[in-house]
Amino acid sequence: MRRHRYGLSQALLEAVMVLVTVVFAAPLYLLLVFAVRHRGDLETSAWAFPTHFDLSNFSTAWTSASLGPALLNSTLVTVVSGALVIGIGSMAAYYLARSKTRLSYGLYLLFLGGLIVPFQLGLVPLYQGMRDLNLLGTPLSLIIFYLGNLMPFTVFLYAGFLRALPPSYEEAARIDGASHLQAYVFVAFPLLRPVTGTVLILNAIGTWNDFFTPMLYTGGTKSQTLPVAIYAFVGQYSAQWELVFAGLLIAILPILIVYFLLQRSIIQGFASGVKG
Amino acid sequence: MSDLPHPKVAMQSTRILKKRRVAGVPWYFLAPALLAYILVVVYPIVAGGSYAFTDWNGLNPVKTFVGLENFRRLLQDDQALSSLKNTVLITLSVTLVQNTLGLLLALGANSTIRTRFLLRTVLFAPAVISSLVAAYLWQYLYDPNVEGGINALLTDVGLKSLRQDWLGNPQLALFAITGTVVWQYTGYSMVIFLAGLQGVPVELYEAAELDGAGAWQSFWNVTRPMIAPAITVNLMLSVIGGFKLFDQILAMTGGGPGYATSTLSLLMYKQAFVFSRFGYSTATALVLAIIIAGVSLLQLKLLRSQELEG
Repeated sequence: MRRHRYGLSQALLEAVMVLVTVVFAAPLYLLLVFAVRHRGDLETSAWAFPTHFDLSNFSTAWTSASLGPALLNSTLVTVVSGALVIGIGSMAAYYLARSKTRLSYGLYLLFLGGLIVPFQLGLVPLYQGMRDLNLLGTPLSLIIFYLGNLMPFTVFLYAGFLRALPPSYEEAARIDGASHLQAYVFVAFPLLRPVTGTVLILNAIGTWNDFFTPMLYTGGTKSQTLPVAIYAFVGQYSAQWELVFAGLLIAILPILIVYFLLQRSIIQGFASGVKG
Repeated sequence: MSDLPHPKVAMQSTRILKKRRVAGVPWYFLAPALLAYILVVVYPIVAGGSYAFTDWNGLNPVKTFVGLENFRRLLQDDQALSSLKNTVLITLSVTLVQNTLGLLLALGANSTIRTRFLLRTVLFAPAVISSLVAAYLWQYLYDPNVEGGINALLTDVGLKSLRQDWLGNPQLALFAITGTVVWQYTGYSMVIFLAGLQGVPVELYEAAELDGAGAWQSFWNVTRPMIAPAITVNLMLSVIGGFKLFDQILAMTGGGPGYATSTLSLLMYKQAFVFSRFGYSTATALVLAIIIAGVSLLQLKLLRSQELEG
């Protein structure tokens, strides 16, 4: 089919696809127009592009949901845990992929087990550990949580990539007198760039949007992340939808902007990441 | 990966020096990750697994071993049984609808239509936003009394009789949540199918056409086996995602009306953090973990056998 030139059947297919996509995009469109619509603008339909704009909802939502601090907390947690996971996760995968002992294979399987056993099983003990260490309500508790929980996936992707990468480059560097760490940092790690991109994208989007654990660890404190702040905010203003929608829009705007800027790599990351 | 140049000289000298120079990446490469993983994942999971056999309430430092008592209670608890049923039902409905739609859209986008890149970008967009935000957005659309909601739209197009209390009707609420999940992740399924479809060599379709295969035959005998890994990955993602579903349910219905949309993840959360029944909660988590681990292993096995065939 794909060899044929653009004909009637292609035009028909295109029309159907566009229609379906419009339906899928509609809720996001509603979110956008509803959030900027003037509250008195009742003569037009909720779906119509607004004639009177009102941006005061944004400032109200921004302050009453404390979205500023939440944005900072989310950024802090995502950036720090993302960087640490890549640093120590790729090094662990390097060890596991390059050392051929039975113990290292066993440890690799231990990491993979984390992909299969859901973290919910350890939910209560981990929560109590965090509580006993006085870490609840701090961004550090979430950074530690993600450091452990993103590890299986990160190690899995890096180790898969490293196994297919011949060790000759690092070995050449070693022969030239580089230490293991130097050979890794300056020779091996730069070669891992494609997988680093995938890991970075998947981990960052997952962390940024995660709700369950941040709610348990930081709910109601000044360390709450964006989804937690939104949860509290909607609970409080559930009847005032214009206000709620303004808050929701602020919450997803950063990630949508990043998405539209980097959409090609993000989509590729999602499509390839799961295949390993 | 395989197209990297091989520096011959380095390879040869390597062979000589391999033993001395390369043997053993030092242990400190592994230590930080292993430590974090054991402390944050392995230890809590082992401890959690053992709490499932106690009556621990979180306050009393003594955890009495009660054997299978928690599991026996689970089987007699109406909320637990509805939660199990709902978890299976929503997982099946999301998996079926999301993957069917995702595959159809991927087939449509894997063509010469002019807007294919734009459509792919727009269709995938919901997958990057917070599931909590998606849930609130749909809570509005499902609200029977708001302007611009689904009921208002139905009235506008003359289908007044189809109006429903989408989240308030116990028969419908679970499927309304399915709709939200499908809306958010169909683009994700599509992208994975699309990656699979793009790997199918055009010659295979040409050969099938020469052999007189129709569109359906060529799909079934060429496309389907070639995208088998994408099918497995997609099924695995939506099944595991379905079993773990939590955010949307907490935000949209809180498990109600009654227990009509309660799931195992929600039950586990409520037992621990609302009712302080930690032993009971971890027993629920253990049941959920066994289901998820079982399904994952089964699917990984299927994936591997397909890869061997291909």
